[in-house]
Amino acid sequence: MSTKPKLYYFDGRGKMESIRWLLAAAGVEFEEEFLETRDQYEKLLQGGSLLFQQVPMVEIDGMKMVQTRAILSYIAAKYNLYGKDLKERALIDMYVGGTDDLMGFILMFPFLSAEDKEKQRALIVQKATSRYFPVYEKVLKDHGQDFLVGNSFSWADVHLLEAILMVEEKKSDVLSGFPQLQAFKARISSIPAIKKFLEPGSQRKPVPDDKYVETVRRVLRMYYDVKAN
Amino acid sequence: MSGKPRLTYLNGRGRMEPIRWLLAAAGVEFEEVYLETKEQYEKLIKDGFLLFQQVPLVEIDGMKMVQTRAIMSYIAGKYNLYGKDLKERALIDMYVEGISDLMQMILMFPFSPPDAKDKNLESIKERATNRYFPVFEKVLKQHGQDFLVGNKFSWADVQLMEAILAVEEKVPGVLSGFPQLQVFKTKMSNMPTIKKFLQPGSPRKPPPDAHYVDTVLKVFKK
Repeated sequence: MSTKPKLYYFDGRGKMESIRWLLAAAGVEFEEEFLETRDQYEKLLQGGSLLFQQVPMVEIDGMKMVQTRAILSYIAAKYNLYGKDLKERALIDMYVGGTDDLMGFILMFPFLSAEDKEKQRALIVQKATSRYFPVYEKVLKDHGQDFLVGNSFSWADVHLLEAILMVEEKKSDVLSGFPQLQAFKARISSIPAIKKFLEPGSQRKPVPDDKYVETVRRVLRMYYDVKAN
Repeated sequence: MSGKPRLTYLNGRGRMEPIRWLLAAAGVEFEEVYLETKEQYEKLIKDGFLLFQQVPLVEIDGMKMVQTRAIMSYIAGKYNLYGKDLKERALIDMYVEGISDLMQMILMFPFSPPDAKDKNLESIKERATNRYFPVFEKVLKQHGQDFLVGNKFSWADVQLMEAILAVEEKVPGVLSGFPQLQVFKTKMSNMPTIKKFLQPGSPRKPPPDAHYVDTVLKVFKK
């Protein structure tokens, strides 16, 4: 029996992608089971595996963990990516809260109508460049260190890199006013575990497409219209 | 200068209420600054107090903390309400996140358009009784202990207590199918710090009314 963590989710990014990033950054190999049919999902539900009837679900260390934030916090702490004390953890939590909010605007993007997508794209770029990126740019400029918190690689760095790449997929030159973030992106991308995750053939998932949206709607019976923020 | 934590938010529940609950449950006195005008809010931003231009803001231990979850995790960690090890923390996090999803529905409710209010109320009732309350009913039944995690009072208990009361305000009698939760509610109500918080004159805020909604729109609307 494998002791690798096992991830239960759709074959796509969604809420699971940040977990894949963090495990990969920690150098932890993991298995995945992809939800493709309603039946699979109902089987998981009936088996009592999903505490609040939702995925992501990660089997790790004998637990069936749900709730993305809980899973990420556990992984971060277990693999020493959560700072050295309560105050560093507080900073990491604040920074991750920000990048989480930013990625939240992107999470619903594939489910929007074509017209709403254009508006949302503009909103994502506006939020990134006026609210979120300036914060991290300043943090890095002020302390001049390689990593966001405590001069040590942490969950906050992984999450920020993920957010940067996702926003760049919506506007490729979005980092043009942020020299610190450009350097940060290059630096973090070259960390061996991250570099490996960024290569083809890794478990990183591609930008969600229509097939992904169809699968989610079918499995969750989520047929209502998703409104933009 | 006071060493007490200082909370900046509107004079109402919103996203600050779970923080008030947790500080109160931990027996920590705190001060509050209430946002009443757009100008106050814009000044806070201009003066660099709000990392992401948002409240809640809690000034605590020399930090200007934002992001509700970050603030709660810090308080829970500092006041020993976060379990004894990583696995207990994982359970507490799972429970708190689930409850937070339910509370999010209640948070947004006052801002629903009038023609959606009935539907949203029905959703709150449905989720509480079919998704969230059964989980905690089962947890308490299975271990037979007074508290959700590790036989010890934690953040999870505070958050569940807050949620039970908040749902009951909207759906009276919602606990009728949940005997364990009824006992839990009574036990929590009798814990000294919580009992004090539930008394009139405490920092606990009343349910949001039209004035609260108006203030939110006035302060934050572009």
